[in-house]
Amino acid sequence: MTRLLEVEDLEVGFGDVSAVRGASLAIERGETHCLVGESGCGKSVTALAIMGLLARNATRRAARLSFDGQDLRGLDERGMSRLRGDRMAMIFQEPMTSLNPAYTVGSQMAEVMLRHRGGTRAAAMARAEDLLGRVRITSPGMRLGQYPHQLSGGLRQRVMIAMALMCEPELLIADEPTTALDVTVQAQILRLLLDLQRDLGLAILLITHDLGVVARVAHRVSVMYAGEVVESAPVEALFAHPTHPYTSGLLGCVPVPGKVARGAPLGSIAGVVPRLGPEFRGCGFRDRCAHAAPACAQTIARRAAGPRHDYLCRLEPGLAGDAR
Amino acid sequence: MRALRNAGLVTGALIVGAAVAIALFAPLLVPHDPFAQDLSRRLIPPFWMEGARAGHPLGTDQLGRDYLSRLIYGARISMLIGIATTIASGLIGIALGVAGGFFGGRVDDAVLFAITARLSIPLILVALAIVSVVGSSLTVVVMTLGLLLWDRFAVVARVATMQVRNLDYVAAAWAAGCSKGRIVLREILPNILSPLAVVATLEVALAILLEAALSFLGLGVPPPLPSWGLMIAEGKDYMFFSPWVIMIPGVALFIVVFGINLLGDGLRDLLRTGRVA
Repeated sequence: MTRLLEVEDLEVGFGDVSAVRGASLAIERGETHCLVGESGCGKSVTALAIMGLLARNATRRAARLSFDGQDLRGLDERGMSRLRGDRMAMIFQEPMTSLNPAYTVGSQMAEVMLRHRGGTRAAAMARAEDLLGRVRITSPGMRLGQYPHQLSGGLRQRVMIAMALMCEPELLIADEPTTALDVTVQAQILRLLLDLQRDLGLAILLITHDLGVVARVAHRVSVMYAGEVVESAPVEALFAHPTHPYTSGLLGCVPVPGKVARGAPLGSIAGVVPRLGPEFRGCGFRDRCAHAAPACAQTIARRAAGPRHDYLCRLEPGLAGDAR
Repeated sequence: MRALRNAGLVTGALIVGAAVAIALFAPLLVPHDPFAQDLSRRLIPPFWMEGARAGHPLGTDQLGRDYLSRLIYGARISMLIGIATTIASGLIGIALGVAGGFFGGRVDDAVLFAITARLSIPLILVALAIVSVVGSSLTVVVMTLGLLLWDRFAVVARVATMQVRNLDYVAAAWAAGCSKGRIVLREILPNILSPLAVVATLEVALAILLEAALSFLGLGVPPPLPSWGLMIAEGKDYMFFSPWVIMIPGVALFIVVFGINLLGDGLRDLLRTGRVA
């Protein structure tokens, strides 16, 4: 059976800035795939490129971009909008602004269903009510008739999740779904996503910069830096043997109670993600890397560090790990 | 019930409500036929002046027509022109503005060009030219003003669309597979209606004033329709000895336009503070 989503050598540019530079991703059915990296490294742009929702001034190229064996590159706007919301759905970071203030929760949810599956409005409303219950909203029947401003942030994100699930998608792209929520609500939403995934066999592409979230929910992790996937591995392998210096740097930034002395400075990686043009060659991380050498300016080959574990660095596996 | 605490809004709404009610129920309210002439009763002064007669509280005009009745029927013309013109210009302006704001690029350039072109057209002059070529009737006045007054709608709709277009719920609608038409009609339009409502009130006032100006110049609604502008025009020959014939329709015009502007301002304040995140 083919993989659900395969992205190879994805490139997205905005004018003379390359936001994504040859990123590759593969998502299996029913898998939670986390895409991590700091702000500005191309995570959200990658997700939007997969959904075909890039801004007009963006250019997208890929060696391969297929969903369930279907090539998305040649698909026109009409074909994409048939897929979106039906077989692949997306939820956004800001639950406070992601719902249309002009309509009730129920009518927005029913809309998605009616658009893709047709049927009666009553049936769509019934499905919406059922899903609101599934995302553990109490008295879903009452919520259907409410407007977004009557709901809290956590409730709205649940509504967004329920809305994304209306047509039983196979792929759910969640772009930092918990970042805007407070910590207790974050935990509830994550647990909810995992439960839904187990029940519905949904594949999730979860974009986050919270490694704590990754450790709890991911099956597989891809680390993005400056528009490239610098390391991709099953979650246990990534946390046990981070191979790319950026990955180990990221892990080094996570304070661990008991391990990090009180009052000691928290870990950090000096510098920011560079804005790279299309002519840039070599490793994008070399200006911030402790292992940088002249050879890093050459084109770097992707190497294997273990089963289903690859990375993009000239160093041998095991060498970068001691950056921690 | 924040609306009730806004004095301007309440006053404006009361004035406009009264004007609309008078316009709607004009045939029931008039004491006389507004078209009936009686040359033996010409230029009777209104009730507060010497020489007033019972039965004509606001006096009569130079043809002996009851002035109160004509004023009441004039409200009909003014409200009709104001509202019909605003609907016509609103349709044109909102369509253009939303198209420009939504599609951007060349479409937006074209819309901006149209707005600039429209703004460089002298309103009264062009309206006069059209009416003098086509001939004056109520429909012609409405169509002419409708074709000329869409600029503010277009400007506001364009900017509001640009703001709403980039909001998350529009992105969410794209992600849910909505088509362009659906996004414009269901996601964008309902969310730009409040600024447009404010524009609409101002346009009603402007259209009423322009119709009065056109009628005053003799190219608005044709006589014997009792338009307020026409009443002023017809009365101007008598203004030295019977000043009320221009004062009364002038004051009516002022009060209605003032009320509409109060309503518009109040609406703007209400919608601005009442916005929910």
